[in-house]
Parts: sequence; C-alpha cells; structure tokens
Amino acid sequence: METVYLIIVLAPLLGAIIAGFFGGKIGRVGAHRATIAGVGLSTLLSLWVVARFIWFDEPTFNGAVYTWMVADGIRFEIGFLVDRLTALMMAVVTFVSLMVHVYTIGYMADDDHNWPKTSLAGTNSYQRFFSYISLFTFSMLMLVMANNFMQLFFGWEAVGLVSYLLIGFWTVRESAIFANLKAFLVNRVGDFGFILGIAAVGMYFNSMDYAEVFAQAPQFADTQVEVFGGVSLMTLICILLFIGAMGKSAQVPLHVWLPDSMEGPTPISALIHAATMVTAGVFMVARMSPLFELSTTALSFVLVIGALTAFFMGLIGLIQNDIKRVVAYSTLSQLGYMIAALGASAYAAGIFHLMTHAFFKALLFLAAGSVIIAMHHDQDIRNMGGLRRWMPITWITALIGSLALIAFPGFSGFFSKDAIIEAVGHSHIAGAGLASLLLTLGAFVTALYSFRMYFLVFHGKPRMDEHTRSHLHETPWVVTVPLIGLAIPSVLIGWYAVEPLLVQGWLGEAIYVKPEHDTLHHLAEHWHGQREFIRHGMQAAPFWLAMAGVVLAAYIWWFLHQRDPEIDLSLQRRGGWLTRLLENKYGFDDFNQRVFAEGGRRFGRFLWTRSDQRFIDGAIVNGSARAVGWLAGRARNLQSGMLYHYAFAMIVGLVVLLTLFVTF
Amino acid sequence: MLLEFPWLSLVIWLPILGGIAVIASGERDVELTKRIALWVAGLTFAVSLPLWLGFDASTAEMQFVERSSWIPALGIEYHLGIDGISMPLILLTTFITIFVIIAGWDVIRYRPSHYMAAFLIMEGIMVGVFSALDAILFYFFWEAMLIPMFIIIGVWGGANRVYATIKFFLYTFFGSVFMLVALIYLYFQTGSFDILGFHAAQLGMTAQILIFIAFLLAFAVKVPMFPVHTWLPDAHVEAPTGGSVILAAIMLKIGGYGFLRFSLPITPDASAELDWLIIAMSLIAVIYIGLVALVQQDMKKLIAYSSIAHMGFVTLGFFIVFSIFQRSETAGAVMGIEGGMVQMISHGFISGALFLCVGVLYDRMHTREISAYGGVINSMPWFGAFMVFFGMANAGLPGTSGFVGEFMVILASFRADFWFAFLAATTLVLAAAFTLWLVKRVVFGEVKNEEVGQLKDLNRREALNLGVLAAATLAIGIWPKPLVDVMEPTIENLVQQIQVSKLPEPATAALPPVAGLQP
Repeated sequence: METVYLIIVLAPLLGAIIAGFFGGKIGRVGAHRATIAGVGLSTLLSLWVVARFIWFDEPTFNGAVYTWMVADGIRFEIGFLVDRLTALMMAVVTFVSLMVHVYTIGYMADDDHNWPKTSLAGTNSYQRFFSYISLFTFSMLMLVMANNFMQLFFGWEAVGLVSYLLIGFWTVRESAIFANLKAFLVNRVGDFGFILGIAAVGMYFNSMDYAEVFAQAPQFADTQVEVFGGVSLMTLICILLFIGAMGKSAQVPLHVWLPDSMEGPTPISALIHAATMVTAGVFMVARMSPLFELSTTALSFVLVIGALTAFFMGLIGLIQNDIKRVVAYSTLSQLGYMIAALGASAYAAGIFHLMTHAFFKALLFLAAGSVIIAMHHDQDIRNMGGLRRWMPITWITALIGSLALIAFPGFSGFFSKDAIIEAVGHSHIAGAGLASLLLTLGAFVTALYSFRMYFLVFHGKPRMDEHTRSHLHETPWVVTVPLIGLAIPSVLIGWYAVEPLLVQGWLGEAIYVKPEHDTLHHLAEHWHGQREFIRHGMQAAPFWLAMAGVVLAAYIWWFLHQRDPEIDLSLQRRGGWLTRLLENKYGFDDFNQRVFAEGGRRFGRFLWTRSDQRFIDGAIVNGSARAVGWLAGRARNLQSGMLYHYAFAMIVGLVVLLTLFVTF
Repeated sequence: MLLEFPWLSLVIWLPILGGIAVIASGERDVELTKRIALWVAGLTFAVSLPLWLGFDASTAEMQFVERSSWIPALGIEYHLGIDGISMPLILLTTFITIFVIIAGWDVIRYRPSHYMAAFLIMEGIMVGVFSALDAILFYFFWEAMLIPMFIIIGVWGGANRVYATIKFFLYTFFGSVFMLVALIYLYFQTGSFDILGFHAAQLGMTAQILIFIAFLLAFAVKVPMFPVHTWLPDAHVEAPTGGSVILAAIMLKIGGYGFLRFSLPITPDASAELDWLIIAMSLIAVIYIGLVALVQQDMKKLIAYSSIAHMGFVTLGFFIVFSIFQRSETAGAVMGIEGGMVQMISHGFISGALFLCVGVLYDRMHTREISAYGGVINSMPWFGAFMVFFGMANAGLPGTSGFVGEFMVILASFRADFWFAFLAATTLVLAAAFTLWLVKRVVFGEVKNEEVGQLKDLNRREALNLGVLAAATLAIGIWPKPLVDVMEPTIENLVQQIQVSKLPEPATAALPPVAGLQP
C-alpha cells in the first residue's frame, strides 16, 4: 500500500512541476492535461483506498518514507498514517480538487484580460494557476497523511504558501497583494502558537510521531507546568495547537484574513478557502483527539470560540453585497460549527460536517463563480437578479447548495449540522449552554443570508445593465459539469454517511473520546434510521428557525424587493448601530491595522531612529570616536616640538621617580 | 591516502596563491583573468570536496590534521584540523565564493582582477580561520580577514564607503584585541598555543569570566549581536554585492564558530554563569532587530537587519544549553547547538541569495531604495519567482533550509524555558512580516515607474547563481539528515565537554550533577 500512498501524494506534485516549469513549452492544454491527470489519478486511488476501508476492512497504515533528520535522539521522519479519518480526508480533498481543476479550464480561459497588456507577469498565467492548485493538492495531502507533527507543520505551512500565492495570483492588483500578505501574516500568528505546541510535545514526549505521543499521553494527564502561574500540560499543549487551528480555520479573532482572501480567483476560493485548507484546523483537532480529550479546559475554549465564530460571522454575511463575500462569511460561520462540534467532543460530527460542507460550499463558490463569469466579473449581487432564466444549471445547483447549507431536511448539510447542534446540546462542559444557544440561533441567520443571496441573484427583476443582460447565457460544460459533480454528493452524502460515521463509529481508532465526554452516544442510542432522524429534526427548533429564515428572506428580498428595490438599503439604515457594527466587522480589521500593523511599524521606527541611530551609533560609537578625537587633540599639545617643554617634562618625571624610589 | 594528503593546506593556499596569480595576470586580457579566477574558485571547491567525502562522521576527533612547527621559540605551530563544526562551514565558504566570482563577472568594471583576487584571498583566509587549531595561527587568519574585506568595501563600495570601512574595521578590531589578550593569557596558563590544549585547561571563575568577556567582545561584534551590530547595516549598504554576500554568508559565521571553538569549551563555567546575558542579547536580536528591519527603506539594510535577527537564533541555540543543564536535563542541548549550526549554514545560502537578488536590481537601477521599486514582476517574472522563493525561505518556510535551524532552536529552547521559546517563535510573524512586505513592495503591484517597466529579466549567469542557491536551500530543507549527521558526534562531544566544570577546586557545585558524566 505504501506505493499507492506515495503515488497519491506525488502525482499532483509531478503535475505541478510539469505545469510550473514547462508550462511555456507544453502550452495551456498540456498544462491542464498534466495536472488533471495527476490529480485524477490521486482521486481514483483515494476513492479506492476509501472503498478498501469501507468494504475490505483495510488495516491502518503507519510507516515512514524516509528519515528527515535524527537530532538529539529524536527521529524526525516523513511518513504516512492512513487510517479511516485520513482516507476520508484524502477522498474529499482529491475529489473537490479534481472538480476545481476541471472548472478552472473554463474559469481561467480568458485570464489574459486580467493582466496589463505590457506586463510579463501574466505570461503563462493559466499554466501557473494549474501548477499552483496541483501543488496545493500535494501540500494538503501531505498534511492529512502525515504521521508526525513535523510533517503536519510542513503541510500546514505549505498550504499556507500556496494560499498566499493564489490569493495574490493577480500580482498587479493592490487589493490582492494586500490580502495575501495579510492572510500569510495572520496565519503565521496562528502558527506561532502551533509551533510552540509542537515544541511542548517534543519536550515532554521526546517524539514527533503521533502514535508514540498518543500512547504516552494518558501518563501526562495530570502533569502541571509552571507557565502562566501553573496550568495542566495538556491544556497548554492543546490550546497552543488550537491557536494554529484558529489561524488556519479562521476562527475569531484570527478570522480576519478569510474574507479578504476572496481577492483570489474563484476556483481557489472554492478549493482552498472553503472546502479543504480552512478545514485543516478541524482535521488537526480531530486527529489530536487523544490529547484534547485530556483537557476539558481546552475543549471548552474550542467550543466557545467555535460557537462565537459560527454566530457572529454569520451576522456579517447579512449585509455583504459581494457574492463571494457572502459565501466567505458563510464559510467562517460553518467552520465555527465544525470547531464547536470538536469542542463538544463530537469529533465525528465535526468531520462529517467538514465533508458535507466541502461539497456544498465548493458547489456554492463554483456556482458563484459561474454567475461571475456570466456577469462579466461583476460580483455585486445588487446588480444581478432573475438569473435563473439564463442559467438553469447554475440556478438549480446553487439552490441545492443553499438548501444543503441551511440544513434543509434530507440534504447532506442537514444530517451533519443537526448532529452538531444536538451534540453540543448534550455537552456539559463549561460554555456548552452559550454555545448551544448561539448555534441554534445560527440556523436562522444562515438561512437568512443564504436565501437573501439566492433571491437577489436568481429571482426578481434583472438589474444588470443592458449590455451584460444581452450577453447572459449558461456557462460552458467545463463549468457546469463540476457543479453537477458537486451537487450530487451535496444532496446524497449525508443520507449515506450519517449512519456509519455517527452511529456505527466508522472512524474507529482514529478518534478517541472519553466516555464522559461522549455527546454523540445519545444520537446512536436513539437511532432509528435516517427517516426517523429527519422526522425528529423537523420537530426541533433549528429546523423552524431555518424555515423562518427562508420565509423572511423570501418576503423581504423577493416579495418586497420587487416593489421597492431600495429595501435592502432602507433596512440597513434602520439597523443603526447594529449595521455599523457589522459593516466594521466588529472593528477587528481597524484594531489590527492600527495596533499591530501601524503600532509595529511605529515601534520599529522608534527603535531604529532612537536606539540604533541616536543612542548606539550616535552616542556610543561615533561618540567614542569623537572622544578619541578630542583626546588626540589634547595629546597633540604634548608634542609641541619645543625642546624646553620636553626637558621640563623629563625633569618633572625624574623628580617623581626619584621620590618614589626614595620613599619605598 | 585520502587523509594523509594536506587537503586543508591546499584549500587554504590554492585560492590565496591563485588570487596572487590573478593579480599578476593583470587587466590586459580581462576575460582571461576572470576565467582564471573562476577556475581557481571552482578548483578550490573541488579540492574541498574530499574534506566532506573523506570525513569520518562517527568521531568527534579532529581530522585532516596537519601539524608542523612554525615559530618554535614561542611554541607556535602550523596546526590545522577540522571536525563536524568546521567542515560544513569550510564547504560553505568554498561553495559561496564561486557565486561571488560569477556575480562580479559583468558588473565590476574597475580593476576586475583585483576584485576577483581579493575574494579568492579572502576565501583562503576564511578557510584558514575555520581550520586553524593553533591560537596564533587562528588570530593571524582572523585579523588578515579584515584586509581584503576592507579593500573590497573601500575600493568597490558605495558613496559613503569611507565611513563604513572605518566603522567596520575599528569595530571588529576593537573586539579582537581583547581576544588576543585572552589567547596570550591562555598561553601562559597552558604553555602552548594549542587550541585543543586550551579546552583542557583548568581555570578559576574570575579568569574564566574575564576570558569569556574578551571572547564575547570579539565574537559578538563579528556575529553581530545586539548592541554591537550597527556596523553591519552600514558595511552592507556600502559593500559591492559580492562583499555583502561574503559578509553575510560567511564572515558572520566566524563569530558563531568562535563561540563553539573557544567560549563554550574553554570557559564553560563562565558561559553557564553569563548565559542569561547572551540569551537576552539573542532574543533582543530576534525581536528588536526584527522590528527595526520592518521599517527599513533600503533593501540591503533590511536584509542586513534580517541577518542580525537570524543570527540571534544561532547564539540562542548555542547558549540555551546552559539553561537546560540548570533544569538538570541534557535532552535538547545537542539540538540547540545543532540548530544554531544548521541555521548558520542555511543563512549562508539564503542571505547570500537575497543579497544577490538586491545586486541584480541594483545593477539595473542603481538604487536600493525600496520606494524606487514596485511591480518588478511585470518586467522580471523569473526574478520575481526567485525573490518570492528566497523571501519564503528567509521567513522560515518548511521545506526550505530556513525552517530547519529555527525549528530545532525553538524545540530546544522550549526545553530551557517556555518564555525563551515564546519570544524566539515571534520570528515566525516578524520575519514573515519584514520579508514578505519587502517582496510585496518591490516585486508585486503595478509597474511603479517607467524604469521598472523597462527592466530586463535575469540573464543566464544570474539565473544560474540563484538557481543553484535555491537548489541548495531546498535540498537542506527536504533532507537535512546528512548535514546534521556530520555534526552530531562533534556536538555531542562538545556538550559533554561543557558539562564538566573546569574550576580547579574539587567538588564544585557550579553545575548540577548529570548522570554518568560526573566523576
């Protein structure tokens, strides 16, 4: 099997190298063929691996590929751990990646328009884009297949690198290169915690290997460390690691980079900033469940952060007018749901939602991209309307995505999100009550912003200018086929996966849950099939809240909006301080800009001009040079060249020496 | 056979004599002169390879030893030898020099023969510093090193070169005078100038502290450490590209090497006593210098400050060892020193490449002001790609060599103290901030002005230079094992050595007992 795993990882890398270094030679078609072949191979093999885990009870693989370094008795290896959790992630990553690869053929077809005429930066941009997304697939696979912390960190940073390259893909756009720098730096703040967490693991476990660390972990359950006035070791490690997850999975307050990341081309918003990379934090915490289970404090922290993100980021989505930004805030909110599930020890539910979300959110992004293509790269939903007439496939698939997102019964998102809300409801750790409330209310918010966008884009009167309208048509097959390809699992995957994942514990050994933390066993105990689960869900508050959201959205943005196109604006005006708060995104960006960006520069300038230039150089270095100069000036007077001066000095010296000799 | 041949002498004297030959060949046929210089550099690298291939990585003993009498009256010997600490640094020297010669090929118009010769002679001298095992021989090479660099900056430097050279010279000379005093004191204590003999000398605490401070003055200036770092940005700004590359890639490492060869083994008790000072200076270098780097307006100054911050990791890695001992532990000590060593090698590649990048731009635009650039990628996409790559390496991205050393030092310093690791890890944010912000302002964006729009992309020579350095950066990032394996026995031995107190009184309680090592 090792060979298979190696091929799965290396095929996309090879594709990336071919498209990246030889893109000019092989041309556009050669580049997308090479990368799609690589990712396609990975996808097929990954699905085969999952199939083996489902039907043939494939044993967990844990082995090294090569030894990276041996230092101080610790082996650092590059190796794979493939169990059911990994296999699931591999399938999701490669499948969504493949869809995005195909879609990109259509989306990036006329990318030349995005570059200045005289610029060489856009040379082979099409090939380069394919190279980047294949490189991303490689990095993400390295991340999920790692069997040790060092490689996890490699994958973690490598996906960050590709994300940086892709957000700033249009290197000449100021907004894009601002966004990618911001994304990288905010992620680095998370990684700062992450690497300290890894260092803590290294110190206490003397190993980077997951299996060894997890095996030893229970021995350290009660260890205290003298940091921050004494905390449990496990709490320290888990919170440090989770800070990394907060960066990558964009949790409050490290979420600020994700909305800006929409500056990148839409295919990567779907692949990286919705389906896969941003869920790396969720995957990581699930992978580390043997550690997180040992610290209830850390779990509470995770739960509350997740719930806060889920609710408050969803609210911002209500007032966004850029179609991609609406979806981006929705992603933040859904990531919050996943993280909250982890906090409630419902790791399987978190991973389940990760999977369903990967499909329906990639679908929504690609549908948004399809709309953007048709609208000639106008992304403002206020300029859309009635698009269903021209773009039936995009319309239906977007509707499917939206229904899955708001957890409409039967759709994939329903199973995963309902399970999360229920699991959090059964949790008894600190903060569970608040989290449960926020997540339940979140159902309403989700439905409201999703269907606000849906009605404004696809229904109502067309509001675009005449030129755009006359050119409206459905996008080509390379765009619509991935939409359909993602719509199918968005509908079905929940129905088929809910029982094995949540009831039968398919993930098995990959997840460890302490019995007293187990919030999913209620679900398993009362399990009477999917139909019963749906019926049960339709009697609960989240469902009614979601329905209320849809109805309200339809009333305002479909019914009222047709009479009064300014309804959105007047509603926002009536919102007063609340609207302003949401428009400022709770002030996080301003605060960071002022305190960290501006403050850091100001402090740096202070240190440079005051300390380096004025004090060290001015006072000490050049000061001593001046002092020497001054002394030399004085000393020069001694060499006057006058004989009687010297003779006098000699006589004085002689007298002093004689006196000394005589007295001692 | 491989071991008996005087390889080290060859690696030292071949470039020095070659350099003299280059001067002798003069300016009549410049093309020929340059070719000779490149041949000498290439050949020197070739003859330095046996040092690596024939190196026995299972022992901490000195290898390739050459020993003969030099000034018998004073017991001064011509004594050379290398171990796992010096060997990688020598290879780095011979490797980097090739690129310096290539980088000066078209650009240096004024007396290219002298320029090339200065670098070749410099190369031999630096190899001498790394391989000398006699204190006077070491000191001879150490001081000799100043002369070619003084000339390089002074003759081929920028407008303000006189101030920079004087500052550079006096700063470093100031430090080394104290080192000479310490070496002479040690001579009187041990009766010879044998550095390995110094390692075995029993010394009282006062003597150790004074010697430690004398060494510190010399090495801290070279590294350079805060607060004696201000010569470096000036020297870099005024130096020609090649000078900056040698300065950053190799000369700074001589300071780090000095700590490992002299301070730690000769004065372990004083090092343990004063480790807080070095750790503080190192962490200040990481954070304070990181912030200062952020606001630089001159590309070279920015990279110079970045060098200081990265060298902070080196000294941090070397001295957290003592904090680890204080916790009655030894795990992590080896990793800290190894991490510092890896960081030195890696910084050689990355900072060298970054200075070459700045040189590429400077040769075209004759300015280093960041604000004069913007959108370079529009006219120089290949250059942009390299700049992003080396920028990422400078920010310590895993997969590049920049990550390896930082990772090891952070792992090791966590074992010493949570807060050391905490402050050191801020480099993840700071280094990314100052490097990538530089990349953003210079490489990305719209074409800033007409001149930028007219820039020509890398020529073949420049692309080769940067390409090879990129390959080296990647190679160490992907598989650092060979490098670490070479150093491991030497550094393990060093760690054992410094655990043993050298205070003359019996049963000193200066160090906690460590299992198996205390008598």
